Amino acid sequence: MKKTLAGLGFALGLPIILVSIWWVSTVNSPNFFVPTPPELVKTFIEVWIGPALWEDVLPSVLRFLAGSAIAIVLGILLGVIVGLNRTLRDLTEPVFEFFRALPPPVLIPVLLLLFGLSNWTQIMMIVIGAIWPVLLNTIEGVRAADSVQSDTSRSYGIQGFDRVRYQILPSASPQIFTGIRQALPIGLMLMIISELFAATEGLGFQVNQFQRRFAIPEMWSGILVLGLLSILVAVLFRFVERRVLRWYHRLKDLENAA
Amino acid sequence: MLPRFLTILSFGDFWSSVGATLAAWGLGLGIALVAAVVLGIVIGLSPFLRRATYSTTEFLRPIPSVTLIPLAVLLFGPKIESSLMLIIYASFWQIFIQVLYGVADVDQVAMQTGRSYGMGKWQRVRHVVFPTMMPYLLTGLRLAASVALILAITAQLLIGTAGLGLAISKAQSGGQYETMYALILATGLLGVVINLGARFLERRLLSWHESVRGEIAA
Repeated sequence: MKKTLAGLGFALGLPIILVSIWWVSTVNSPNFFVPTPPELVKTFIEVWIGPALWEDVLPSVLRFLAGSAIAIVLGILLGVIVGLNRTLRDLTEPVFEFFRALPPPVLIPVLLLLFGLSNWTQIMMIVIGAIWPVLLNTIEGVRAADSVQSDTSRSYGIQGFDRVRYQILPSASPQIFTGIRQALPIGLMLMIISELFAATEGLGFQVNQFQRRFAIPEMWSGILVLGLLSILVAVLFRFVERRVLRWYHRLKDLENAA
Repeated sequence: MLPRFLTILSFGDFWSSVGATLAAWGLGLGIALVAAVVLGIVIGLSPFLRRATYSTTEFLRPIPSVTLIPLAVLLFGPKIESSLMLIIYASFWQIFIQVLYGVADVDQVAMQTGRSYGMGKWQRVRHVVFPTMMPYLLTGLRLAASVALILAITAQLLIGTAGLGLAISKAQSGGQYETMYALILATGLLGVVINLGARFLERRLLSWHESVRGEIAA
């Protein structure tokens, strides 16, 4: 009981201090750019709990999910193909290095130019930005497959799809998850940027509108929604990763204990 | 597009855009580095502070820096401060977390040996904590370097602060598509140079470390 109380104190202590400082300083000397905490909470409920939830938040989230899902599936697929083939790997490496180093937002003007503005352009932006970490990590993971396992599969005649499904993918999965962990924040970032840049609805678009109209508490509430969404994504990812890679973490624990 | 790329290389405008981009990148990364190392060591060495800041860190860290764009526009407009705000926020967390991991990895026996040999707090940080932390710090710095470039370019594209991103959006709205592609190529190459530079720095500064020594011997 005492322990949980102490844990709760540690978890809530600093946030409470920070919010109090914010509260006291904004109530005593009102600042045009910073709303008071009650004002922000009130605006948050007024603006986002209601039709805005499915008119602005839902489309953004769906685009993010679609873009990330395509990036992950395509990244793993291409990664396995390239990772298993030495020549292909050598050929594609410089190209991939370049695209990984290219800051993804610069491609937004190109995509707008080529395809105009639509849901699909925005999803495509997320795919193009988020695919690289997944792809490169999958290649790395496939390449690093244990050679004893590979030889064993070969001598048991396990090949083709079965080999990919039962040997390559499981052994590369920790690396693949590392890639996905890096890809999700990029996807979120591109979701927001693409909406700030050019869109007619969505979370980023709304926040931008609020800023242009100098609706400061509304703008902050939008930033809060984006922040909460990112945190939710991070928490969900950690949950899925723990479940899928449970065998891997246990193996690590055993190795560390030994 | 390639001939266009070679032509723009001779323009003064192009190089001043590159300069402005690198200035925002370097300044932001530098400030984030100093702040993250100092705070990381202070917080990392104190179990109390580590526990007390954990929830706040985990809450703030996943928030993408680009959510701050509207705020930056409002506060600073198209000035370098806008870029710096985004760059510092994004790169700070990358380095800070790695420094925390690094400090947590410090060998307690080495710390106690230092203490019984009469080393002061600062000496222990310098001779025990710092070497252990170095590989982590450089990993963080490498990640932060590419994130900082992404945000520098994003700020220029969206807010219109001077640099390559602004040049790209100008070329696009002016219909000079060859220039736009050439500038994008240049941006990608800048990213490659930064990546290679960070990897080189890592190898250079960690030449004494086992991970690098082993690589060379093999």
